Amino acid sequence: MSEREKILGRIREALKVEAHRPGAHGDGKRPAVFDPKISSPRKWLPLVGDSVDEQLALFAKNSVELKTDFQLLNSADEARSAIVALRDRENWKRIALHSGELTNVICPSLNLPLLRTDKNYDVTELEKCDAGISECDAFIAQTGSVLVTNRSAGGRALSVLPPHHVVLARRDQLVADLPAAFELLKKKYGANYPSMISFITGPSRTGDIERILVLGAHGPKQLTVICF
Amino acid sequence: MSFVSQFKTAASVMSKDLRHRKIIRTALSNYEIVRDKRKASFQDWQGARQLAAETKWEAVNHLDKYLEEFVAKIEARGTKVHWASNAAQAREIVLQIVADKKAKSVIKSKAMTSEEIHLNDALEAVGLRVVESDLGELIVQLRKEAPYHIVFPSMHLTRDEINVLFQSELGSANTNDPEELTMIARRALRSKYLTADIGITGANFAIAETGMISITENEGNARLTAALPKTMISLIGIEKILPQLSDLALFLPMLATMGTGQALTCYNTMYSGPRQPGESDGPEEWHVVLLDNHRTELLADAEQRDALSCIRCGACLNVCPIFRNVGGHTYGTTYSGPIGSVITPHLRGLQDWKHLSGASSLCGACTETCPVKIDLHHHLLQNRRNAVKQKPSFGEKIAFKLFAFGASRPTLWKFGMELGRLFQPLQTLLHRTPLDPVKPWTQSRELPPLAEESFKDWWRNRK
Repeated sequence: MSEREKILGRIREALKVEAHRPGAHGDGKRPAVFDPKISSPRKWLPLVGDSVDEQLALFAKNSVELKTDFQLLNSADEARSAIVALRDRENWKRIALHSGELTNVICPSLNLPLLRTDKNYDVTELEKCDAGISECDAFIAQTGSVLVTNRSAGGRALSVLPPHHVVLARRDQLVADLPAAFELLKKKYGANYPSMISFITGPSRTGDIERILVLGAHGPKQLTVICF
Repeated sequence: MSFVSQFKTAASVMSKDLRHRKIIRTALSNYEIVRDKRKASFQDWQGARQLAAETKWEAVNHLDKYLEEFVAKIEARGTKVHWASNAAQAREIVLQIVADKKAKSVIKSKAMTSEEIHLNDALEAVGLRVVESDLGELIVQLRKEAPYHIVFPSMHLTRDEINVLFQSELGSANTNDPEELTMIARRALRSKYLTADIGITGANFAIAETGMISITENEGNARLTAALPKTMISLIGIEKILPQLSDLALFLPMLATMGTGQALTCYNTMYSGPRQPGESDGPEEWHVVLLDNHRTELLADAEQRDALSCIRCGACLNVCPIFRNVGGHTYGTTYSGPIGSVITPHLRGLQDWKHLSGASSLCGACTETCPVKIDLHHHLLQNRRNAVKQKPSFGEKIAFKLFAFGASRPTLWKFGMELGRLFQPLQTLLHRTPLDPVKPWTQSRELPPLAEESFKDWWRNRK
């Protein structure tokens, strides 16, 4: 018998004895809101506000707390000047990006040597880049997170290896909360999920030394979200 | 030294260590503030706990079904799944992969399962270079220590100690600035990432519906571990299962709230396979090792089965008065604190580890804080009961027989009380001397004096 069969056998044997359900009182019936198969956690999670403006304001508030640089702009032109200003401020010499609807429109104005991560690329070259510029699948008001996948954001490493991660997003990519983000993933990718899906919530951080917050532990020290 | 005497010795040293107490208090007082702020941001934290507990109940009580679903889905995307009944098999599987790949170096992101099976020792024994990439794990690895805490491995150390450690082990400059120390580790590990042959991770959740694992972290080290090396290995306890992908919408914020007091940790990443056709990076091979290692024995104990719902947030450690006084290393176990005291007897033997269930004030703070509603302090009581049932103590049996005999005979009881009153001054004289008959108990406590008059006498004599 294989180990798989042995382990599954032990599990089936163990489960012959039924365990009581958590917090079961009285008749032990479970209200429908606690049935994990049909209940959405939305009613328990933090409130987000109904209108898009409220949600954008919440994302902005969360960004301040997380130390994400969130720039809410009105046009592609403004986005272009914002990224050029970043280049000058941070003194970028070389950047990495993937091609996409937004990066193709915004990034040529940078006039810098580029590394593209759409196809096979050299990781040591990526490591030398000053910034990684990517798109995203969504950004989430409730938590201040950016949702990326390796399909939408130029692979697994682009959004985490360079010291500065810049995300380009459209305003309509805002989703209210985490349940909405998972609904979006299911709808967009369904049976063929990208092999990596990541919720990025602020720049990389650690508190492992005396619980004092330090940004840029292994991932980017800076996270900029340019939304237009 | 037996496990129990090791625990007792270390506990009595640590509970008098004021320096340790100060460090832990500072570290945890801030945690309490941010955790409570996050809990309050939920519309209904108790409702969230109930749904989380129900979700894990569903997963754990149909574990065979969900595991098979998980494995079928994840294998369909080219991942190799291995099953390990015990620690030795799990080590063997990893060593075989390492040998097949002719690997020389391994980079790891935080995985308690790897601590559980002592993987680093096994890898180093065959000549591999093993580097922990989580900052806290790196620090304890350099100190050749076990992690102090499930979530904060280096919580017991000050910046000055870390400075001294980095100077001697990494040859870095003298600084006790946390930011500079973090950057030293970042620089030291960058080259390791680029050259490591194999990346090893754990997992916080395994999603049956879509065949994914989910990893929660703050530093980005797990993201890099799963992106750069050519081969990736994930070591996962079989109880990590969640039925649906959307369950993470509840579990990710709850884990962050209780683990570190964040709304969400910095990176929450789901992996469903190695590099797929058309993808530009990622490991060519991905091995998932499913670890039983006595989890099925815990599963067979229906009374304590909910302990398998644990999401390793560490919240019960943070509120436990025992943990806060004796510290993480005193336990001598991979999993410390209340959850460790509950599950270690199942994982490593009841008689050897029953003392952990005795080291509890039964205050219930752990049960109250647990985000998945594990009935922790009752399980400690059940462990005590089971230990006695399995191996009754002759001395205790006689003591209780004698007590029952005396307590059910009023005259004898009265005589005993009078005797007690007569001899109590003598006990005060002998207090804490080797002649004190109840020294183990009075060592750290005062023996309360017997009342001068019994209630019965007082009742009879009132005017």
